[in-house]
Amino acid sequence: MAEFLDMGGHAATVWPAYGAAAAILIGLVVASVRQASRGRAELERLEGGTGERGGR
Amino acid sequence: MPSFPHSLASPARFRRLSRRVLPWASALAAGLLGVGLVWALGFAPPDYQQGDTVRVMYIHVPAAWMAMLCYAVMAALSASFLVWKHQLADLAARASAPIGACFTAVALITGSLWGKPTWGAYWVWDARLTSVLALFFLYLGHMALAGAFDDRERGGRAAAILAVVGAVNLPIVKFSVDWWNTLHQPASVLRLDGPAIHGSMLWPLLTMAAGFAAFYVAVLLVRIDGESAARRVEVLTRRRAAGA
Amino acid sequence: MTRKRRRMAFLAAGLACFALAAALVLAALEDKVTFFYSPSDLAVEPVGPDARIRLGGLVVEGSVARTGDGLTTTFELTDGAASVPVSYTGVLPDLFREGQGIVAAGRLVGGAAGARVPDAVFMADEVLAKHDETYMPPEVAEALVEAGYWREDPPR
Repeated sequence: MAEFLDMGGHAATVWPAYGAAAAILIGLVVASVRQASRGRAELERLEGGTGERGGR
Repeated sequence: MPSFPHSLASPARFRRLSRRVLPWASALAAGLLGVGLVWALGFAPPDYQQGDTVRVMYIHVPAAWMAMLCYAVMAALSASFLVWKHQLADLAARASAPIGACFTAVALITGSLWGKPTWGAYWVWDARLTSVLALFFLYLGHMALAGAFDDRERGGRAAAILAVVGAVNLPIVKFSVDWWNTLHQPASVLRLDGPAIHGSMLWPLLTMAAGFAAFYVAVLLVRIDGESAARRVEVLTRRRAAGA
Repeated sequence: MTRKRRRMAFLAAGLACFALAAALVLAALEDKVTFFYSPSDLAVEPVGPDARIRLGGLVVEGSVARTGDGLTTTFELTDGAASVPVSYTGVLPDLFREGQGIVAAGRLVGGAAGARVPDAVFMADEVLAKHDETYMPPEVAEALVEAGYWREDPPR
């Protein structure tokens, strides 16, 4: 396990690279899902108020 | 440039299709990325020259491919929006930009981390690195322009023009390593006389690339949904304000 | 339909003009876009003694020597057609070895007219290793060498 984590002496290159990629891509997923659900909720609130139907 | 198939052009129909595709794309992305990560980190061999730093390639290269693919998709959608005024094309282009920006950031950061031990420098201003940095700023510019105007239509049009014009950068990114002397090495996989990469490294790389592609589709569908809701909210708010 | 046609034509013409402009700019900037010169380039277009340039090529086998203090490394850099002696003081990247492609930044010192390759020395203040596009496991590389299949890459 220690050998795996050491990455042949290149732990300082490999792990930050994977970490940064994971952080950016997971952040993107979270932000996208949140934006979509907030948008849907807001739309429901507006359409619910007037009985207007959306989506055409 | 082909017009959207008619069945996709209607937002409601698209939404139904998107709902059906999203679980599959998400599952595919999770599965491929899971297998790809274990393969890349645990089972792929070290390189004869780079040792274990070669493992950075399994995210750097797919991220860089997706950065370009994403831009090509965005430029095609933008052209279609400018010519045929498809609202869905506008929504999809807006949805694509932040994803492409993230892929580009991943490619830049991982490449920089790899460059230090391999080249001896985090960053050099060679043609490949500089043109990819330009790609990143094109994405940021697109996102800024798309939201810069009170009139959504105008913002969309300005951003679409930027996306189409910026497409000139794509061949520069791709062929920079062939046209000029660069520190960045030429293509290993997408080249005329076959990949210069051993099968034991090529397969995990392609698995990761497929995972990134599925990830793109899944996030794109979620973002299009978000963009279309935001657009509808804006229209309703304006209508209400005009009515009151 | 005609308006759509016109928009499409405008778009295509605009893009074509922009692409042409970009191509012209890049062609004009050729020297700036090029990250390094090759030893042969130096023989053809001499550079001034004070110009800081980058020189790229392969480290000649058997040419690497370290001076007494162990900090300064001297070696020959070749592109197959011409070669230039290089002197560098500092830490070399991991990938630096004989036969490896590298890019050195510095100034050409000595030699008549600044750049007569035979008697000038390139004093490098930075050495970057250039990685090539070949990726393979160490065992495969060894097997290729043993079988005599190792292709000596033509210098770029």
